[in-house]
Amino acid sequence: MDTPVNKKKLSLKEKYSYLTRDLAWEPSYQSKEDLFPYATYEGIKVHDWEKWEDPFRLTMDAYWKYQAEKERKFYAIIDAFAQNNGHLKITDARYLSALKIFLQAISPGEYAAHKGFARAGREFPGVGPQVACQMQAIDEIRHAQTQIHAMSNYNKFYSGFHAFADQRDRIWYTSVARSFFDDAMSAGPFEFMIAIGFSFEYVLTNLLFVPFMSGAAYNGDMSTVTFGFSAQSDEARHMTLGLECIKFMLEQDPANVPIVQKWIDKWFWRGFRVLGLVSTMMDYMLPKRVMSWREAWNIYGEENGGALFNDLARYGIRPPKGWADAGEAVDHMSHQFMLALYQWNFGTAFHTWIPSDEDMEWLSKKYPDTFDKYYRPRWEHIKKMDEAGTPFNNFGLAKLCQTCQLPTVFTEPGDPSTLCHRETEYKGETYQFCSDHCCDIFNEEPEKYIQAWLPMPALFQDPLNGDLEAWMKWVSLENGSDNGDYQGSHDQTSFQKWRAMTTSN
Amino acid sequence: MQIDLRTVSIEPVRKTFDHLARRFGDKPASRYQEGSYDIQAAENLHYRPTWDPDQELYDPNLSRIRMKDWYDLKDPRQFYYSTYTLARSRQQENMEANFAFVEARGLQDMLPVDLKETALNLLVPLRHAAWGANQNNALVCGYGFGVVFTQPCMYHAMDNLGISQYLSRIGLLLGGTEALEQGKDTWMNDSAWQSLRRYVEDTMVIRDPFEVFVAQNVVLDGLLYPIVYERLVDTYLASQGGQAVAMLTQFMTNWFTESKKWTTGVLKVAAAESPENAQVLAEWINLWSDRAVSALLPIVNTVVDERVDEMVSEELDAFRARIAKTGVPL
Repeated sequence: MDTPVNKKKLSLKEKYSYLTRDLAWEPSYQSKEDLFPYATYEGIKVHDWEKWEDPFRLTMDAYWKYQAEKERKFYAIIDAFAQNNGHLKITDARYLSALKIFLQAISPGEYAAHKGFARAGREFPGVGPQVACQMQAIDEIRHAQTQIHAMSNYNKFYSGFHAFADQRDRIWYTSVARSFFDDAMSAGPFEFMIAIGFSFEYVLTNLLFVPFMSGAAYNGDMSTVTFGFSAQSDEARHMTLGLECIKFMLEQDPANVPIVQKWIDKWFWRGFRVLGLVSTMMDYMLPKRVMSWREAWNIYGEENGGALFNDLARYGIRPPKGWADAGEAVDHMSHQFMLALYQWNFGTAFHTWIPSDEDMEWLSKKYPDTFDKYYRPRWEHIKKMDEAGTPFNNFGLAKLCQTCQLPTVFTEPGDPSTLCHRETEYKGETYQFCSDHCCDIFNEEPEKYIQAWLPMPALFQDPLNGDLEAWMKWVSLENGSDNGDYQGSHDQTSFQKWRAMTTSN
Repeated sequence: MQIDLRTVSIEPVRKTFDHLARRFGDKPASRYQEGSYDIQAAENLHYRPTWDPDQELYDPNLSRIRMKDWYDLKDPRQFYYSTYTLARSRQQENMEANFAFVEARGLQDMLPVDLKETALNLLVPLRHAAWGANQNNALVCGYGFGVVFTQPCMYHAMDNLGISQYLSRIGLLLGGTEALEQGKDTWMNDSAWQSLRRYVEDTMVIRDPFEVFVAQNVVLDGLLYPIVYERLVDTYLASQGGQAVAMLTQFMTNWFTESKKWTTGVLKVAAAESPENAQVLAEWINLWSDRAVSALLPIVNTVVDERVDEMVSEELDAFRARIAKTGVPL
């Protein structure tokens, strides 16, 4: 028998290092440049990948064990939800508009993140970030799938869910989120990490993920909120990865600071525009509201974000350039965007509606400086037209911002009565923008943004040529069922009928 | 005996999502179908990658393999995240029990000295090969086309990482950190291992996702796992008193048996798509299996002295017979 090996006790950190970064080696049959061809072109300098601090230490056996535990619970609950008509426990079927937007615009983003992190998990020449990115890659496909599974039961009973895969690629408002993720994925691995890992997962998660999932909890949506709880610990891991990434880049070389700052400026504003969808949900679409968009911004934007950027100041990082304009826009954006969604609701695969008197009271309380002054009169006007039997629809072509892809419905900073438009010329073509920040983003990388696919012009080009009916068919929109006002919709009548079946005889 | 609970039954207005109804007919879809088909953006992609403007963001033309529909390459195991993690979680429970069994009885210290030495020399350098496999599968997932083909590659990449971690734990258990250092030195410098390392590095610069899939998952794993784990560990070492080692590599043996159903399934569909595909696959498999065999021979030789050529060529024959059944004309 051999003498027992003299094994020194390894610390957790040392052990994890043996189980991850020690697996790699210095290649000699191929060059590092050929193995990791995309690691340098963005200009980020990394001198020592060993300086990477693992944001979490999770070996695969532990990962399988914990995740399987969560999966078991999740599917047990959504099975019970389906079996027991859980959809009738929601506050009101108006709530489903928020879910429809989520499935059409956000869940595809989870898949894109999966793909992007798989790429980052291959392209970084350091094992530490590679392993962390790979774990996020597999988590993100989990999120895409569990979201689809959580909402699949709603699709069996309600409109607007059935064509999410088609609408992801074709309908106009999803291109706001799609272009965001396409933008991140077409960037290099470092910018991708600032875009998704840092800006999206760290700075904006609390303004996107939390409101949607809290909205689900407040409105009795057992299925979606179960997804939310199940994904919470994954999200926490993703946040620590995003933060470690930015710190690592900033610490490696001072020359990285201005590059990172530019990305923060860009991705904060890109993300803030995507949040336009969330703001309408929080202020208008939830029958039982969690908090106003303004309140959410105060907590998760001003306070948390403020603390974060104070912390990053020691590296020479300042808050994103659009920060102050964003803070001001928060009092307007949900109203401006919801008015736009309402007037174009013939072209949305979710319902909108005119806020009730009670809703307007709430809005006026939450937005004392802006709602009564600027937005109540417009809703009152729309309401009057509706009562007169001439509902307000805008069949005109909305100008879309070349960068963020939202219709240019937002107002000038400091002047809520003037619409904000910017234009720039590039190689003889004119491009439209919703704001200075979107225009600046374009000017940094015009060759990228001139490629943007704009869904509105597509309606007026061959083969649709402005034929609205053909367009609806092309985006798989069932006219009269998926779109339009909630009042009188199938969703409304079915929900009332079914609910009555389960509560009376 | 049967009891029937009564529930309020509401007739669904629709059975499934449009894209699934188009593929599978208007009937309820499985969770594998819901979570896998068409969830990748398919048209109106916004920008070309700045890292390679010749590519599309999702680009089927990165490969010489051509498919009319990449969603034909489905996973016969029907793994989506949930079924995958549940399967692996059961396997890791077994592995935990196996490690605990060996450690509680001190079986690692009862192994004959030279057998332990042999096991360490064979298994520990392979943790690096498994990391190479992880890199390759991350690439196939990242740049391959169509979710049903690429999602199992992500699972496979994580499996490769898990395997490299089990191999590291075996090294630590049998020989401490010195064993890992020794194993890395072997991987880097021992002449018997250099062809394998070269194989791995050479596959890591390929950017055709399907060729990487073939060179790594079909060919290298298709030869390495039966030779190393079935022949050398489970048969040879076990017969010399190394059953404990075989307990510690049980995951790898079972994993290979399970995952070759997937790899051969994919191969079969890709080959049946067109004679051109079948030809490209044959070319890749011939090229890489020649190299894999010559990379594995010297490694087998460090474990056994006799019948080395015979053992390897038997495994090669078995491999070629398995491939022949997929319709690839070798």
